[in-house]
Amino acid sequence: MTQSRRCQTAVVLVLGCVLGSMPLMGQEHDALGDRQHSITDRRVEWPTWSQWKRVFLLQDYNTRVVVFGTTLLGMAGGLVGSFALLRKRALMGDALSHATLPGIGLAFIFATYCGMDGKSLPVLLSGAAVSGVLGVAVILGIRNMTRLKEDAALGIVLSVFFGIGVGILGVVQQMKTGHAAGLEGFVYGKTASMRSYDAWLIGGTGFVCMLISVAFFKELKLICFDETFAGSRGYPVLMLDMLLMALVVVVTIIGLQAVGLILMIALLVIPAAAARFWTENMQRLAVYSSVLGAICCLVGSSFSAIFPRLPSGAMIVLTSAVFFMISMILGSRRGVLVRVLRRRQLNRAIDREHLLRGIYELLEIQRDPSGTDNYQIPVSHSNLLAMRSWSSSQLGWRIRQAEREGLVQEIGGRELRLTPKGFREAARLVHQHRLWEMYLLEYAEIAPSKVDRQADAIEHVLDSDVIAELETLLLQRQNVEGVPVSPHRIGVASESGSSATSREVEM
Amino acid sequence: MFENLNWNMALDGWIVVAGVLCAVASALLGNFLVLRRMSLLGDAISHAVLPGLAAAFFFSSSRSSMPMFLGAVLTGILTALLTEWIRGLGKVDEGASMGVVFTTLFALGLVMIVQAADHVDLDPGCVLYGAIELTPLDTVRIAGYSVPRVVLNLSAVLVLNLLFILMFWKELKLSSFDPVLATTTGFNARVIHYLLMTLVAVTSVASFESVGNILVVAMFVVPPSAAYLLTDRLGWMVVFSVLIAGASGVLGHVGALIIPSWFGFHSTSTAPMMATSAGALFVLAAVFAPRHGILMRMLRQRMLAWKIFREDILALLFRLEEKSAQQAVHPGEIQQLLFAGRVSVSVALYWQRLFGLLREEKGAYALTSPGRQKAESVIRAHRLWEQYLVERADIPRERIHDKAERFEHFTDARLRSRLDDETSPSTVDPHGSIIPGESMDHQDVTDDPESRA
Repeated sequence: MTQSRRCQTAVVLVLGCVLGSMPLMGQEHDALGDRQHSITDRRVEWPTWSQWKRVFLLQDYNTRVVVFGTTLLGMAGGLVGSFALLRKRALMGDALSHATLPGIGLAFIFATYCGMDGKSLPVLLSGAAVSGVLGVAVILGIRNMTRLKEDAALGIVLSVFFGIGVGILGVVQQMKTGHAAGLEGFVYGKTASMRSYDAWLIGGTGFVCMLISVAFFKELKLICFDETFAGSRGYPVLMLDMLLMALVVVVTIIGLQAVGLILMIALLVIPAAAARFWTENMQRLAVYSSVLGAICCLVGSSFSAIFPRLPSGAMIVLTSAVFFMISMILGSRRGVLVRVLRRRQLNRAIDREHLLRGIYELLEIQRDPSGTDNYQIPVSHSNLLAMRSWSSSQLGWRIRQAEREGLVQEIGGRELRLTPKGFREAARLVHQHRLWEMYLLEYAEIAPSKVDRQADAIEHVLDSDVIAELETLLLQRQNVEGVPVSPHRIGVASESGSSATSREVEM
Repeated sequence: MFENLNWNMALDGWIVVAGVLCAVASALLGNFLVLRRMSLLGDAISHAVLPGLAAAFFFSSSRSSMPMFLGAVLTGILTALLTEWIRGLGKVDEGASMGVVFTTLFALGLVMIVQAADHVDLDPGCVLYGAIELTPLDTVRIAGYSVPRVVLNLSAVLVLNLLFILMFWKELKLSSFDPVLATTTGFNARVIHYLLMTLVAVTSVASFESVGNILVVAMFVVPPSAAYLLTDRLGWMVVFSVLIAGASGVLGHVGALIIPSWFGFHSTSTAPMMATSAGALFVLAAVFAPRHGILMRMLRQRMLAWKIFREDILALLFRLEEKSAQQAVHPGEIQQLLFAGRVSVSVALYWQRLFGLLREEKGAYALTSPGRQKAESVIRAHRLWEQYLVERADIPRERIHDKAERFEHFTDARLRSRLDDETSPSTVDPHGSIIPGESMDHQDVTDDPESRA
């Protein structure tokens, strides 16, 4: 119950903090009117050194303010986005930012009829907030009350609300009093014309959003990972869901001004998705994601300040896209490179194990390998090739690799033998392989002719606990010491004409 | 109400035709997008084509439609490919990878267009929001009739989509519901997927060049979603989605002309109103759909609650009779014991008296013999379940009552006899109450005198 009340307070607080600061903002807006410099005023193609210095040392008051505001926005976006990403609602910002349009249009009409300035930011933002919240309610309604999935709910809200919004704007354009031209600015975003108070508002609201996310970190984490469990532990899942969505609404709405309706989505999605490559831990994900969001905004808006021809919203998104690509490739946990390396290591280990087992089985065909020094007997390449479907170059490569690891010794380029270390390793592998084969025969009732393949697939990932268990399960009963005999005919296929080397092993 | 509807066949007729063609073409493909949970792809593509348009403009340095169309379609396909690629390679969630791709492409397009903006009138607004109202102005003469070019283009797209769906019906169906099975049966679900993506890109680009992107994005999602609520069969879903899309096309234009006039304005743009009316039709479908509608679901729930409530009253009377030989019970007592409201108790009592399950004596109610039989079967189910739960499911005795209380309402004669066979042949339940025998004349399937009456 206290949980639910806490959530309610938080939702109210989030919405209140935007709506509450609006009247104040209007006054400031006028008070700061004389300071309304646009940072795109400079019309120089390539910036001079002093301009670089001005931007990077944040000497310019306006640049400082814009960079500070967008950076805090990026942090808030990254933090809230990391929850939305794990909740598989990455595109929620997309739907909500479109859903704000009817509110903007209606607020404009309403304000104009009431004799206020229709284009004052507080009025438009409150309209946007109201219709954004309505959009959230509709998304939740569709998801919970019909059998449609999340994506369809987002798509419906996005397109229908946007349709209504454009319809309303079509009407607004006919109003005699209205000059609706600026309303489109909401769609594409004009960071460059961000005024200092806007930046403070964005920064402040973003900061409050971050505080709330941190305060509810445990609860939000729980609903991201296991909604049902959260419900069964008595957490108010619907309220928490609402809180998360409210945070997304607020961040989206304050971001509309900074980067525009469409590019705001990027701030919610990209930093979180990029941070996901670096960690499996929720706490770190949230931290990385907000830091990344801040860096992207910092770099993007500085770029835009240096090169006036580049729109800052687009530059922020492109910067984050670059970070995303870098993270996707180099990410230390789920990055492509790490996964490829891990896979190659596994493949290499598998190849080595196949080679050693092949040699051991060939030795077994000739003589009992566990006798003294019997492992020293050389094995020819051609026999090994007949064991597995390898080409001779593949075999050569694998032998060289095993030689480097000190497992085998080449003799004259056509034959090879195991080293003592290699023999121990080979005996261990064959032992594992046969245990699994016996397990399959005994418990899964798989035909003896098929167990080799099945065991092949699993022998490389058996860990020592499983081996110990298999040993007690199978070997104690059968009284077999050391490497058990193979339950099936070994390797070299008899029909390929080399039956002289194959030997039927009796169970 | 309709006095402001100045319908002009040559103008409005063609606008509606263009709108309906676009809506139907998009809705056809949208069915498979909704089933594959990729509803937002249309939206993603419509934003992501911006760099394609800009690049086509840079290369051909003209705003002629063919290079623009090609550039847009290619970026559309690229969007689908990149989304799939990031999803597969980076193991990123579908929505997130879509979000990354389309916002990046859009930003790229924006930068490119801003660079070109000085040279030519090419702003994102005019690229993205084609105007359906201009449809009748640009015409082509075919067989003596002047037909708007947009209508021709959209008809071609519609025919293409229709052919695709008819030719690959089985494959689409299988790969939408079970891609793994589709692959094991020998055709490549990926090929179908990319064909679908290509057609989605072609349809979006062809449509928002002429009628605006809002319409396409809405038509990809909204009519198929509404149709999904109306039926469980894919064939009917496609048919319904086409009908809804067509209807919202017509309604949208009429609405655009009429609705603003109620508030003293002339009219508003048509394409957004088509999206809005599709939304209105969706709301209708969501509320009134015969099986999955919100109203029907609520009604079903209420009916079930009502049936359970009536059975609970009978069982209560039976238990009281059993415990204290108390024959008649006052409604007030029932209210207290079942935590129920006065109105619902008196309605339920009246109802059951009507069907001869209860009789009234001086304001108190008692079971009649058919009523007792029915109560017996409920109680028998309850106590058999309790016995079963204790004996077979090893559930502690304190917790069996609640479960049995729930199961008793869904247990027919056949299940009762199964339960009787499965449990030990005892005549008392774990709490020591006697399990009533099966009454002979109620072993029919319905087990409900009310429904037979």
